This record gives sequence, structure tokens and C-alpha cells, in this order.
Amino acid sequence: MLVPLSWLREFAPVEAETAAIVDACNQLGLVVDGVDEPGRDIEGVVAAKVLDVRDHPKSTKGLTLVDVDSGASTTTVVCGAHNVAEGDVVPFAAAGSRLPGGPLGRKKIAGIESDGMLCSARELGLGDDHSGILHLDEATELGVDVREVLGLDDVILDLDVTPNRPDAMSIVGVARDLAAYFHVALRIPVPPASDPGGDLRGITVAVEAPDRCPRYVARVASVTMGPSPRWMQRRLTLAGMRPISNVVDVTNYVMLESGQPLHAFDLDRLAGRGIVVRLAGEDERMTTLDGLERRLTREELLICDAHRAPQAIAGIMGGGASEVSDGTTAILLESAYFEPTGIGRSSKRLGLRTESSARFERGIDPNGALVAADRAMQLLAEVASGDAAPGASDHYPTSIEPARITVRTARVNELLGTDLGDDDIADALVPLGIELEGTGGVRVAVVPTYRPDLEREIDLVEEVARRIGYNSIDRRVPSSGEHFGALTPRQRERRLVVDVVAGLGYDEAYTMPLVAPADLARAGLPPEGIELENPLRAEESLLRTSLLPGLLGAAEFNASQGQPDLALFEVGHVFLPPTAETEPLPDERDRLGVLLAGTHRRRPHGEDRSVDGFDLVDVWRELADALHLTDVRLEPGSALATLHPARSAIAFVDGAEVGSLGDVSPEVLARFGLNGPVVAMELELDRLLAGSRRPGTLQPVSRFPVSTIDLAFVVDEPVPAGDVAATLRGAAGALLESLRLFDVFRSDALGSGRKSLTFALRFRAPDRTLTDTEVAEVRARAIDAVVRAHGAELRG
Amino acid sequence: MSADGARTVLDQGLAEAREAIAAASSTDELKVLDRRFGGKKSPVSRVNETIKTLSPEERPLVGKAVSEYKAALAEIVEARRVELEAAEREAAGAADAVDLTEGGHGRRRGHLHLVTQVQRELEDVFIGLGFQVADGPEVETDWYNFEALNMPPAHPARSMWDTLYVKLGRPEQVMLRTHTSPVQIRVMESRTPPIYTVMPGRCYRKETLDARHSPVFHQIEGLVVDKGITFGDLAGTIEAFTRAYFGPDKHSRLRPSFFPFTEPSAEFEVTCTFCDGAGCGVCSRTGWIELGGCGMVDPNVFRAVGIDPEVYSGFAFGFGLDRMAMDRFDIDHIKTFFEDDVRVLSQF
Repeated sequence: MLVPLSWLREFAPVEAETAAIVDACNQLGLVVDGVDEPGRDIEGVVAAKVLDVRDHPKSTKGLTLVDVDSGASTTTVVCGAHNVAEGDVVPFAAAGSRLPGGPLGRKKIAGIESDGMLCSARELGLGDDHSGILHLDEATELGVDVREVLGLDDVILDLDVTPNRPDAMSIVGVARDLAAYFHVALRIPVPPASDPGGDLRGITVAVEAPDRCPRYVARVASVTMGPSPRWMQRRLTLAGMRPISNVVDVTNYVMLESGQPLHAFDLDRLAGRGIVVRLAGEDERMTTLDGLERRLTREELLICDAHRAPQAIAGIMGGGASEVSDGTTAILLESAYFEPTGIGRSSKRLGLRTESSARFERGIDPNGALVAADRAMQLLAEVASGDAAPGASDHYPTSIEPARITVRTARVNELLGTDLGDDDIADALVPLGIELEGTGGVRVAVVPTYRPDLEREIDLVEEVARRIGYNSIDRRVPSSGEHFGALTPRQRERRLVVDVVAGLGYDEAYTMPLVAPADLARAGLPPEGIELENPLRAEESLLRTSLLPGLLGAAEFNASQGQPDLALFEVGHVFLPPTAETEPLPDERDRLGVLLAGTHRRRPHGEDRSVDGFDLVDVWRELADALHLTDVRLEPGSALATLHPARSAIAFVDGAEVGSLGDVSPEVLARFGLNGPVVAMELELDRLLAGSRRPGTLQPVSRFPVSTIDLAFVVDEPVPAGDVAATLRGAAGALLESLRLFDVFRSDALGSGRKSLTFALRFRAPDRTLTDTEVAEVRARAIDAVVRAHGAELRG
Repeated sequence: MSADGARTVLDQGLAEAREAIAAASSTDELKVLDRRFGGKKSPVSRVNETIKTLSPEERPLVGKAVSEYKAALAEIVEARRVELEAAEREAAGAADAVDLTEGGHGRRRGHLHLVTQVQRELEDVFIGLGFQVADGPEVETDWYNFEALNMPPAHPARSMWDTLYVKLGRPEQVMLRTHTSPVQIRVMESRTPPIYTVMPGRCYRKETLDARHSPVFHQIEGLVVDKGITFGDLAGTIEAFTRAYFGPDKHSRLRPSFFPFTEPSAEFEVTCTFCDGAGCGVCSRTGWIELGGCGMVDPNVFRAVGIDPEVYSGFAFGFGLDRMAMDRFDIDHIKTFFEDDVRVLSQF
């Protein structure tokens, strides 16, 4: 909402400086998004009279030489426009003056020095009109600064009006708040009232949908079409509307002033000289003023002529048929109150938002319709030789009464934390037009219908707070004596998981949860998932089913930036089809995704090496260790189509699958344009966190000596080393302190399809030194178990 | 050989020894010299061999001279040995030297995402203020995202959020949450007051990506429900948070606004951290930067979750994490957070 201060001050005679008014607006919740001073960039441009116009002697482009009298002196300028004649008064910018386009110098045009220029509206920053020189009123005093003449010395506030404040969609509404704030009286124009039973020049009005159109006021007037006067055009322009004609400008002017949208119909083009307000038929068509044919539904409310032909979509936009035009001699003026929700729905359905619909859908003042029509008639008399019929048709079967709300002083104080008296509350509310009935701490507030947002006591509490100032309320930190701040165990562990992975050298990534089917396909996953109903772009049409497509995309992006080596992880939600418990919501899960690519660069101190799946085993083991998981296991294979099944493992916690890790398959790498090697892991966070844990208490350490043995087994290639280790662990029992696979070796001597696994086992008892016999027994048991379980042979 | 002759031999030998030992360049060479001047065939051994040929008067004199020679030689050798050993240790040390300026093994820590860092800091500040932390699903039903938050179907305020709907359930009944406020409802449905909770999370809106807007972004929201909670408690909590997070010299102020789920509603601003409130380009010369929205929980929201608004009152507040991180780290495009450029991630 653009509010010229001069207009505002007409209703609220506030003396304060602009800065103080801006501050007041902000404190009142009418947030100032911008302050425009259109004349800021204009200096030294004055009104001048044209004395003579003659052809430029050296120009073939139709330039003219114009002598102008700027009061103090006479100057000759070169002019390119053709709408200037002797006697015109025009804006003259002498050399040395300043325009929004920059400072103006003396300039030779086609060989003749020009001592300045005459200005078009556009050159003064007054809009787009560049068709000719702007003409000022011929009575304008010569030499006067055009800023004054054109009202460019005004200041325009751009207010961001919240949707609950329809009243502030008008100059009067804003003035009401400011008048109360600055303690000045609000002065609202009171137009001559119409005569309810008076002559209507034979027009008829029928409202067939009173629930959608609770009030319909119509007045008629004969008019003489033409442009509106400059003062009106100026105000409309400053308020962001384009001047069109005197009649249309009056409707817009009254709308800006009062908040009541008006519509003028050409009475002679309104068949049957009457109005029917009805709902549209299904699929009914009508062409609106913007030239588009609109397809309607039974929900749209139409303003029709007496023959039921649609003339306007109520409250949103008129049609061409009865639009006022140069030939209009009489109008029917509509000032209605339409039910807000209906307008909002139609506006949304049609994708059509107008100044009018924006006001109706927020809820205008139903009891302001008649006054607004009268005000328009008053202005039409002034600017369009309007001759109004004295009567007004006012269809208002059920009067909308002011809300009556009980307001308790104690309750106000209870919610605000204030210590206000009954009088303070009256001082806060009464200047807004709210009346208080009764006395004492419980009164009834009668709320004017221009404030439909005030429906409940709590709404009045806000008004009181707004009036006394949000920042004048004493602040304190609440203390119930009962609450405490803490993370839950799960939240702490989620942080722990993130910290462990980051601590191992992985950078945390955030990838987009909205993906394209192609993103999933590229990662080798089914290109399916939960779809968006109304995606903005096809690239964001699905909810991700895995974190890996996003991480691979990040690898692709980094590779394109010359960063092939990277270690990334993400903890985030994936979205799977609803289950019985989540219905209708997706099965939303937290997952951990890890991706490692490129080379570990260890030079000059060691050999560089490519990343591999064993790097991820470290992550997996560290996570298990940090979470104190007792039963974790890897098994060759992959449950994720993104990975190479022969170079991956499935991770288990307590025997339940929690995810997969390993090499990204060559096909996937090729689709992402990655040169490899890239390894990735994805784990279900909740299943990981649900694993059984060892007690979080200290496990005592033994002070007795350690006994170490090495065991080398030859097994068939498909036997997983992890299984052999598990067998050893099981067989060695409680005396086993640690177990480490320290060599894997293949050779012709072992035979093809065979491998040797060498384990280092450390034994120790908590309470004694182990004897050789004890160690030998355990050793024998371990060997026997591995030989039997895996068909292994003990080497050497 | 006479006694005088012996003394001459010894003096000469010692002089030679002094010279040769001073010139010795290693402890090995020193050992050779020690033998040459103190062992067999040395001047002293030659004198010793002739001692029995001397008269009884001369013998003790020569004997004494021999002892003096030996003592002097031992002293010279020892002094030189200390010198040479020190030099040899130093030389050996230089051969074992390592140049640590060559760099490390290349092991590095990873980095938390900037939004995670900001979120954790905020969580920790609020935990310090007595709040717990809650989260909820990113896909929500109409009830949680709108209806229970005092936005019945077709409520005009719904248009404040451009919603991305999901093809689940009835049309436009399941959506990506447009704010973290649904978690408020979930918390109030599942717990009894007093409730002091913050709710960080990811939100979605149907917005075209530009420098300050993204279809995916992050918020943190706070909710307090207790007996006797006032607007003053809200303003005091915002102030306490502002000082705890931005610094003790930073302050907050409120101005009226509108949200369907709070009444009274407010926007809150904090002292501009770039100019400390003096006014600068970042804060449009106001000295204040708008941070988020807040207000007293609307009675209709309480009714939706079965809390009696005459018994309990409460407040809620919320703001964007991405914006906060952008301002703090001088990041000019929100897409930076989803690009995952390792050169950016590893800076923080």
C-alpha cells in the first residue's frame, strides 16, 4: 500500500517529520518497506511559458527551437517534441539543473547550443509517458519549482499491510492509527448524503445471492467524460495507480481513500438499465477487461445487467461490455460488500488478483458502502460535471452489526504482564473508534465493522498492546520452577553419529530432498518415489528415497570444480511409501549417507592410495564403537543397487540389516561422469541407534601379562574373513582380549580359489597369569572350530 | 740416558702430544694418539725402559717426571675427548634430522555444515534457557500444517505460504511442511504443560530459487506453554536469547505483525551485528535487523489441541536458520548451502 504523506495528513494532521511517522508506522505494525521521495533527484526545474516555436534551421529530423520565459529570463532550447505551442506552460530544466537521469549540461544539438530542455513526464520520473512535453496548468506562476507544482515534494510510504488489517488498505485507515498514535483528531470527509427513498432514474437492482453479496449499493449519475484534474491524477500516480479517465479515477480515488472498491458501469450499455447479482452457471464464459476469456464455475459471483448478461466478476474485475468509455454520458456506480471467502476463492481459482479483490477478500467495511458511493458522487460533481440522482439503491437485507466483545482488564494484564487500569484500556481502544459500554474491570467493547479482525477478547488484547507499544511492556524470563533444558538420549546420539563421521574426516553435506526421477535412475535406483502434486520444476518433482543420489550429485559438482578427492556425509530424511502406522504420511526415516572419492594423498611421507571400501569399514566400526553396539556384522553383498554387489557389504546390527557399503558400481559412476574410485555407504539411523549396547560402565583392564599367538588358515575364497573371525572369537571365549586379521595372502602354492588368513590373537585373564597349558588349550579349541566351520586348513 | 735427558724426552713428547691431540679430528684418532703418546713405544715407555740404568739418586726424579707426564697426557686426552664427542654427537644428530615443515600425513577432520553449526549453537543457547528440543516429520497433513494452527480450510492466511503438496491422501491434504509450526501441535498433543521446547527443522515452499529464497530451507521455532505466561515473558525470552547468542551488548525489540497462530503477534528485530546499532547499509540505517516472528499462542490453537486457554497461556517464536547463517558468514546466495562445494564446507 503506497501512502502519500500529503494525503495522509489531510485526514490525520500530524506535524511530525517523515522519520517519526515511519517509526510510528513500524511500531503500529504498518511496516514501512520503503520511503520514496520522487522529487529527490529533481533540482532547478521550473515552470516556463512558451514564447515562440520555430523550426531548427539545421535539422532535418523535425527538431524545433523554442523560446521560453522562466519568469526571470528568456532562454532558447532545442526541442524534439511536437506538442508545444506558444502560450503553453511547461517544465523547463535549465543547464545546470538536475533530473532523475542525471545533471543537465549545456549541449549543442544539430549545431545549435541548447540552454536546457523541456521535460516529458518520464524525464521527471513521473511514469512512462514520453510522447511529448508535459503540460502544466496555464495559470501556473512562471519560475516556480515544478516539484511544488507536480506534488513531487511529497513523500510516499510503502506499507506492508498484514492480511488481518483490511482497514489499513486505505488512507483513512492508516490515518486513524496515526491520529491515535500522535493524539490528533481524525478528520474524515463527510459527503452530502443520498436520499434513501429518492429518485433512481428508473434503475433496478436484484440480488439473487445475498449470502455472497450481503450489501449492494447503486447510485446513478450523468457525467461528462474527460481526464481527471491534475491533483487527482497526481495522487493516484503517487499511490501507484494509473490515471484513466475522470470517472474511473474517481472510483479508484475513493477506493484508495476509504478502502471501498467501486465499479462504474456505463448505464446506457447496461441492458434493461438494471443489475442482477447472481452465481455463474457451470462453465459459463465471460471476457474480462484484460481481454481474457474466463471459464467460470458455480462458485463465481457475477454482476449482470437486467437481462442477466454478465458484466463483471463480482469484486474482482469488470467486463468489456459495459465499461465506461469516452462516449459514456451516464453511469451506474456499484458500492458493494461481498463475502470475503468467496472472493478469495474465486480470485485464487481464476488466478486473478486485483486492487479490488485484495480488499474484498480481506473484508471491507460493510457499513461504509453507502458513504463511499456518496463520496464518489461528490467527487464526480467536482471532476466530471456529475449530476447524481438523489436516491440510492441499498440492498442490505441483514445489517451487519458491530461485534460486541467482553473485555476484562484483569485478563488483559494477565496476558500482557502489565498493570493497566480500566482507564488505560479505554485510552488505548477508544481512539480507534472502539466504544466501551459499562464501567469497571469487565466491559463490552463495540467494535466498528471496519475492523473485522477484532472478533475476540484476545484480539482486543493485541490492540491494547499495539497502542501502549510492544516495547514498553516489562520483560522477564519465565520460570516455572519445573522445566529443565536437555537433549534426549536420541538427540545426543544423533549428534554423536555426526561428530564421529566428521571426526573421521568427512565434511557434512546438505543435498536436496527434492529430486527428479532421473536423479534416482542415474544412481541405479528405481525412478519412483512420492510425487509432488504441484512441483515448481521437474527437477524437484519427487521426494528422495536415498541420500546417495544427492551425494553422488555433490561429487559430480565437486569434480566439475576440479575437486575429485572428497569425503562427504549427510544425515537427513528419506521418504518411503506410507505404512499402516504412518498413513497418509510417508514412512519418513533418518539416514546416514557417506561418500568417499578419489585418492588419499600421503606423499611425501607415504604412498598415495585410492580410496576403497575398507575406508568405509573404518567408519562403520567407529560408529559401532562410539555407540557401544555389541552385535555388529558385515556380510558380502549389497542391498543398494547403487553399489557393486561383489565389492560391497551389508551391515547388520543384532542380526537386522541396517544398510550397505562398498564401491559405487561402474555404471553409476559413468552416469555421473565420475572417474572413480568412489565408495559409498547408507545406513538407517534409527536401526543403528536401536542396537543393543554394552553397559556404559568401565570394563576393568587386567594387569597380568598377555599371551600372543598367531594363527594362519587357508580357506576357500568365498569364505568371508569376518565369518572366520567370528568363529575364532566364539571359540576363544572370555580369555580372548583382542583379535586382529593382519595378513591376507593368495598364491599359486595355495591353489586357485584359496586364500590364507593370518590372525593375531591376544589372551589375558583378569586375575592371573595364563599358563602355557591354558593357552595351548584355547589355541587348539580355536583351530578346531575354524577347521570344522569353514573347511579351513591350519598353515605351518 | 741421564735424568736430564729423560726429562727432555718427556717434555718434548708432551709438547708433540699436545699439538697432535689438538689436531685430532675424531675420537678414533684420539685413541690412536693416546696409545702413541702413552702406550708401548711412546716417549714415556722409552724413558721407563732406561730408568733402571740410572743412579739411585736420579731414579726418583725421573720417576716423578714420568708420573707428571702421564697425568698431563691423560688430562689433555680427556679434554679433547669431551670436545670431540660433543662434535660427533652434533654431527650424528644432523644426519637423523627430519624437516617437519614438509607437512603432515594428510589426515584431516571433517566439517559440520554451516546450518548444522548454527542450529546446534541455537539449540544449546535454548537448552541453557531451559528448553528441550523436538522434531517432527517434513511431510505433514493439513491438520498439523494449517488447520490446528488456526487456519481452517480456505482461510485467506494460508496464502501467506506457497505450499508444495504431495500426492498422498486426499488432494491437498498432505504437504511438505511450510514451517516448523506443525511440531508445536505435535508437542502439545503429546505432552502436558509446562512445555518449553524449541523445534529446528527443514521446511519447504513453492518458491523459485533466488539469492535469499530456496524451496528448501531451515527454521527454528520455540514454544512455551505454562500457567501465567505473558507477553512480557515472550519479550524477555527473545531478549535473553538475543544476548546469549549475539552477545551481551545486543538487544531485541518487537513490533506488531500478523500470524494466524499467535495473538498478539509480533516481528522481532535484533541489534545489527555489523554496526552495533549505529546504522549501516546492512540494516538500512535503522540499527536493527529483522530476525523472525513471534506472539502469544492463539486461543484457537490451544483449543485445537485440547488445552484450556483460560488456564494456560503461552508464546511461540520462530526464525530462519539459513538467513541467520548467511548474515553471519557473509554468504550472498542461499544455494551455497546445497551446493556442497568442499572448498566452502572446509572453511568453517
